[in-house]
Amino acid sequence: MPKGFVVIDKERCKGCGLCVAACPFGVLAITSELNPYGYAVAGVIAPEKCTGCAMCAQMCPDVAIEVYRAVKEGV
Amino acid sequence: MSVTEVKVPAGYVPVYTKPKSLSEARFTYCPGCHHGIITRLVAEAIDELGIQERTVGIAPVGCAVFLSDFFRCDFVQAAHGRACAVATGIKRANPDLIVFSYQGDGDLAAIGTAETVHAANRGENITVIFVNNQIYGMTGGEMAPTTLPGMRTVTTPEGRDVRTTGYPLRMSEMLAQLDGPSYITRQAVFDVRHVQMAKKAIIKAFKNQIEGKGFSLVEIVAACPTNLRVSPVEGNKWVVEQALKYFPLGDLKVRD
Ligand SMILES: Cc1ncc(C[n+]2csc(CCOP(=O)(O)OP(=O)(O)O)c2C)c(N)n1
Ligand code: SF4
Ligand code: SF4
Ligand code: SF4
Ligand SMILES: [Mg+2]
Repeated sequence: MPKGFVVIDKERCKGCGLCVAACPFGVLAITSELNPYGYAVAGVIAPEKCTGCAMCAQMCPDVAIEVYRAVKEGV
Repeated sequence: MSVTEVKVPAGYVPVYTKPKSLSEARFTYCPGCHHGIITRLVAEAIDELGIQERTVGIAPVGCAVFLSDFFRCDFVQAAHGRACAVATGIKRANPDLIVFSYQGDGDLAAIGTAETVHAANRGENITVIFVNNQIYGMTGGEMAPTTLPGMRTVTTPEGRDVRTTGYPLRMSEMLAQLDGPSYITRQAVFDVRHVQMAKKAIIKAFKNQIEGKGFSLVEIVAACPTNLRVSPVEGNKWVVEQALKYFPLGDLKVRD
């Protein structure tokens, strides 16, 4: 079980890519999925690498990312 | 909301969720706009200080004009540049309220220069969030007093010529010379470390008001990727490589 887990609000996301650039572990990418506003949204491409550091959420200008952390490691 | 479609697995606890003083409304800013980060930081500061119920924001004319939709607290939308004057009136009429203005550089440093300078000089007990993106963002990218020398805008297609339009106006340095203000600082949000520093500064600027210390202003050197015509990631680079040359970061005045 990975240390971190992120939830991206696809309605809020505008596909700016700042989270992708901020994530130190290559967890995120801009996908080809369009939201109702026409933005190609961010998605999780390497969930196993997420540490729950929340750097992505710190940089997100649209408050589109929620970050969760595992209570205990390696459960 | 699509969030509900994704189930958080058992065994995880939240470490970051949307601040509760923000509403469900999507921000109206462009993708990658630093206004979004700054708006969120103000909400986080309000949450952490537990002042949501007694906070009144003053929205500017500019891309942040719809702030009242984004926040779950009272708001007044001031005439262009007059936010510090409106904040003064509200704070003096009801000193128990926590009053902040949120203004762009066209708003605060061009049409509203006089209101800003005099509110600072009177040491009004208010908090000012000043988003300096070196441009009139909302109206389509015209030159602002803060526009960098040589910077192309729709009204300076050959680049800003300082011989005819002057130099980038450093409001924070000017205000720091006055006796009135208590706290003047310049921050940025181009990376996580600076986002965290900017948040600390915003919290301090609100705390000063709670403690009755007087006028506090946090300038944030920001990027408007749309009018720079660059990607959001390149907008961050622009701040570091260009804007900070004229607008160095750090505290300009701290009175304790
Ligand atoms: C009295 C008045 N004059 C001019 C305008 C047009 N106007 C709207 S926004 C704006 C400038 C906004 O620039 P800034 O304050 O830097 O905000 P930004 O959009 O860059 O965040 C101007 C001149 C107006 N709305 N009202
Ligand atoms: S930073 Fe936020 S808005 Fe930008 S792509 Fe990532 S989730 Fe979407
Ligand atoms: S929480 Fe950290 S590791 Fe996980 S996606 Fe966000 S930035 Fe990457
Ligand atoms: S025009 Fe510029 S300042 Fe306005 S919302 Fe778009 S990116 Fe932000
Ligand atoms: Mg501006």
